[in-house]
Amino acid sequence: MTDQAYNFAYLDEQTKRMIRRAILKGVAVPGYQVPFASREMPMPYGWGTGGVQVSAACLTPDDTLKVIDQGADDTTNAVSIRKFFEKTAEVAVTEKTSEASVIQTRHRIPEEPLTEDQILVYQVPIPEPLRFLEPSEVETRKMHSLEEYGLMYVKLYEDISRHGEIATAYAYPVKVEDRYVMDPSPIPKFDNPKMESAALQLFGAGREQRIYAVPPYTKVVSLDFEDHPFDPSKAPHPCALCGAEDSYLDEVITDDRGGRMFVCSDTDFCAGRRAAGFTGEMTNTRPAPVDTEAMA
Amino acid sequence: MTPLLNVRDLTKAYGGRIGCADVSFSLYPGEVLGIVGESGSGKSTLLNCLAGHLPPDTGEVIFDTRADGPRDVLQMSEPERRMLGRTDWAFVHQNPRDGLRMRVSAGGNVGERLMAVGARHYGEIREQALDWLDRVEIAGERVDDRPAAFSGGMQQRLQIARNLVTGPRLIFMDEPTGGLDVSVQARLLDLLRGLVRQMGLSAIVVTHDLAVVRLLADRLMVMKDGHVIETGLTDQVLDDPQAPYTQLLVSSVLQV
Repeated sequence: MTDQAYNFAYLDEQTKRMIRRAILKGVAVPGYQVPFASREMPMPYGWGTGGVQVSAACLTPDDTLKVIDQGADDTTNAVSIRKFFEKTAEVAVTEKTSEASVIQTRHRIPEEPLTEDQILVYQVPIPEPLRFLEPSEVETRKMHSLEEYGLMYVKLYEDISRHGEIATAYAYPVKVEDRYVMDPSPIPKFDNPKMESAALQLFGAGREQRIYAVPPYTKVVSLDFEDHPFDPSKAPHPCALCGAEDSYLDEVITDDRGGRMFVCSDTDFCAGRRAAGFTGEMTNTRPAPVDTEAMA
Repeated sequence: MTPLLNVRDLTKAYGGRIGCADVSFSLYPGEVLGIVGESGSGKSTLLNCLAGHLPPDTGEVIFDTRADGPRDVLQMSEPERRMLGRTDWAFVHQNPRDGLRMRVSAGGNVGERLMAVGARHYGEIREQALDWLDRVEIAGERVDDRPAAFSGGMQQRLQIARNLVTGPRLIFMDEPTGGLDVSVQARLLDLLRGLVRQMGLSAIVVTHDLAVVRLLADRLMVMKDGHVIETGLTDQVLDDPQAPYTQLLVSSVLQV
């Protein structure tokens, strides 16, 4: 039941209009960071205040919301944001990717391809891809407006010279529609190719007060060198629970003797496959009991 | 012969105070022009106005561009001017910390201008970086070290390599040897002289060190209180100074 003390989806209508204007501008100029007057939200910065504000501006009473954190529906951040909108907007919620109309995400893009009827909202900590190379905001804005992106390649050059390959594994910079270089938020680079999607993708950075967007079917290219092409790598294992070979995996430490397993980070995708009868090498195993005598 | 740089009546005031006033000169290809004067005489203001770091109040700075011939730099759009700043122009700061990225390796520092003009092949960028480190006498094995781990002289040589890698035609230098000890200064001057001759560079060198201009510059401009008070061939000005201030300047040099 909606708490009547709140306006629909927590934010007041003027604020939502302001955010929608920023979103529209972002959609009109793909990859461009639109400043907006970010509000205080009842959660700390870094917990998804930007994503929550964008979601609040997008939600209608008929929407079905899904929230994921690192691919999982049942982590603290995801559960609390889902509850927040259940309470303030009384929208339907789901853990199923295909049933959701608005998906707020932190650190992942769902494995299941998205459709034209869906909106993916990213939580972004630092929207400026050039930030760690150029501390001045005045200068980075000028670099964006003049399309001076040589510095971005200096970062990739440094990666190769130090590690022998482009070691940036998440927040891997992309060029949107041959124009703006954009930080795709801290998603693994494995997810970068999925950004050329049928769904509308919106990015909200609350503390940094920026909104940007990738409209459906927009060209998104990961930056690379001719002799070091982009490689969307992942751990070279199948999922231990559902056997999937093509999904992004989390490494889970299972004991203190070096035991580990690799499982799909997208919990809905993994559960769906297991329900359909797929199995992995550890589907029916339990962790070994802790040897308390050896520990003592 | 078309001058590479033609400066007409350049004036910059800071409110009521004069930075530099009515400066005019021409610089021809392959020529090195020294600008000397005491602190506060307007040397750095002039250099920064020429290099596009400061907007002058009046005047023209006409540069002979590769594509379109002579054009007024001050009338160019900002993207054009910034493009010029990383292709045909170079700027060597007095303090290498202003001209280098201290958190980026030496190779990355040299490669930045290449990547800024569109180089996208790691192997080739690295090869050029190594070639330029060699030309400024920095060992190739230091290519992945950060400038913070370099001595002052090495940092200054790295800054020069970073600037010259795109083959500029005009280089601005602001006290390039300031803060270095004399033996390191001598090697740096030697290196600069070699590179300027080899690459046919034109240069404008601002300094208060008369020994530096004696070695590097073909022509000399003496500034005082924002005005140019004397110009001429370097040896002529230093050996037979006409203006009273120039006479004072030349006679003030300590003899060892």
